[in-house]
Amino acid sequence: MKRQIPVLLVFVFGVFMIFQYFSPHEYSEWIYKFLMDWIYIIGIFAMALGIWSLIHVSYDKIKNKRHDWGYSVVTLAALFIMMFFGITGFDENGEWGFYFMTQEGLTNPMFRNFFNHILVPIETTMFSLLAFFISSAAYRAFRARNVLATMLLVSALVVMLRFNPYFGEAVGLYMNKIAAWLLNVPNMAAKRAILIGIGLGMVGTALKVVLGIERGYMGKG
Amino acid sequence: MKKTTLIIMAGVTVLFLLSWIIKALALEGMQEDYIKKAFLVTFSAFLTLSILSFLYRDNPFYKFAEHLFVGVSAAFWMSMGFWSTIVGNLIPRLSQNLSVFFKVHYIPGDFNFRFYIPVILGLLLLMRLSRNYGWISRWSLAFIVGTTAGLNFIRYLRSDFIKQISATFVPLLVDWQGTGHFFSNLDLSASGQLVMMLANWTIFLGVMSGIIYFFFSKEHTGMFGRASRFGIWVLMITFGASFGYTVMGRISLLVGRITFLFRDWLGFNI
Repeated sequence: MKRQIPVLLVFVFGVFMIFQYFSPHEYSEWIYKFLMDWIYIIGIFAMALGIWSLIHVSYDKIKNKRHDWGYSVVTLAALFIMMFFGITGFDENGEWGFYFMTQEGLTNPMFRNFFNHILVPIETTMFSLLAFFISSAAYRAFRARNVLATMLLVSALVVMLRFNPYFGEAVGLYMNKIAAWLLNVPNMAAKRAILIGIGLGMVGTALKVVLGIERGYMGKG
Repeated sequence: MKKTTLIIMAGVTVLFLLSWIIKALALEGMQEDYIKKAFLVTFSAFLTLSILSFLYRDNPFYKFAEHLFVGVSAAFWMSMGFWSTIVGNLIPRLSQNLSVFFKVHYIPGDFNFRFYIPVILGLLLLMRLSRNYGWISRWSLAFIVGTTAGLNFIRYLRSDFIKQISATFVPLLVDWQGTGHFFSNLDLSASGQLVMMLANWTIFLGVMSGIIYFFFSKEHTGMFGRASRFGIWVLMITFGASFGYTVMGRISLLVGRITFLFRDWLGFNI
């Protein structure tokens, strides 16, 4: 009961999703469509579970005054404040309630402010931080010690320097053409070889899951 | 907390307040809600600098920004999911009263009852929180895992396997009509015959040798070894190009943040 029903459900839905592709009947497509809707809806409940887990972990840290517990207060405060502005708001008549989205899109000004002035700056700066780390890694890795390292170095330099204005128009144009060729031809060839491997791996894993060989998703117990 | 940390935090607070006041004075007369606008710009700059401070080492400002981000982004995605999926798609099909409450149009339909099933499955997923009945959540999980596995089976087989193989088998010998503008203008677009042939050969040999490099069931010696060696060359060019491409993307983000700091926050005319 605890383990057999999930395996059976995985098999039934997995096999159906495989076979529906080969039977473009309107009923099959109708079922496929509502199964996809179901996944999104259940996904929201899964997200709620994740939020609960975040609250639980943070609360536990604060309650037991663990190391750096003060930051968990920041997380919880941010979560609840953003949630408050995300779920409630003023409607077009100026009345407060469960109101957020209109035909013009997201209109809640506080939600927008949180997005524009907290989420966007932190996220973009975090990604831009990688520029520094990646450059220091390149300094260590990009030594033309042998043919392979030289190839790595040259192709990276060509792609990185293609928009460099100091090269002038003529050199920049050729650099850009070579970089585009590198990205579109050899880069695509190797990526395609990797993709074929990934594809085979994913197909094998999906088959193992559908046939009940891989049951890691059930956890223990 | 150390005395030095407290002094630094106090200093940053004073700087923040000063920046807010100066920014508000600069925006006065230009914008209606200049005090709020000045606060938001100053706070964005503070968060940007807090994250950049990680370049020195892990510190309280970075940790503050990091934890703030976790809370805000979790709530952001939850709110978006709630309004787009639950209120946008589910409630209009389930209840007229709730549709009126959330001010969305009710969508009547003969088969709307089917939307109760994902709600039940979703509620079963929440049973994960129960110690005794946590196993029931596996039913919902099994539905998601099974459906996704079936979907991925076809999707990856088509897009990452069949389509990639079919795109690799390109014409290696074409009806020769000259070199095009390759020598005169280094025209590397595939419109030139020579370039097209070169590209097709590179793609075909690159994919084959790349696959050979990742094939470990046979020892890489002789012809197989040479093909594998060529595979590494192609892979190295790819890694270099991908690295360069990623660096450029990150640098452009950094330029965006630096522009924000100097133009929007400090007011330089750049």
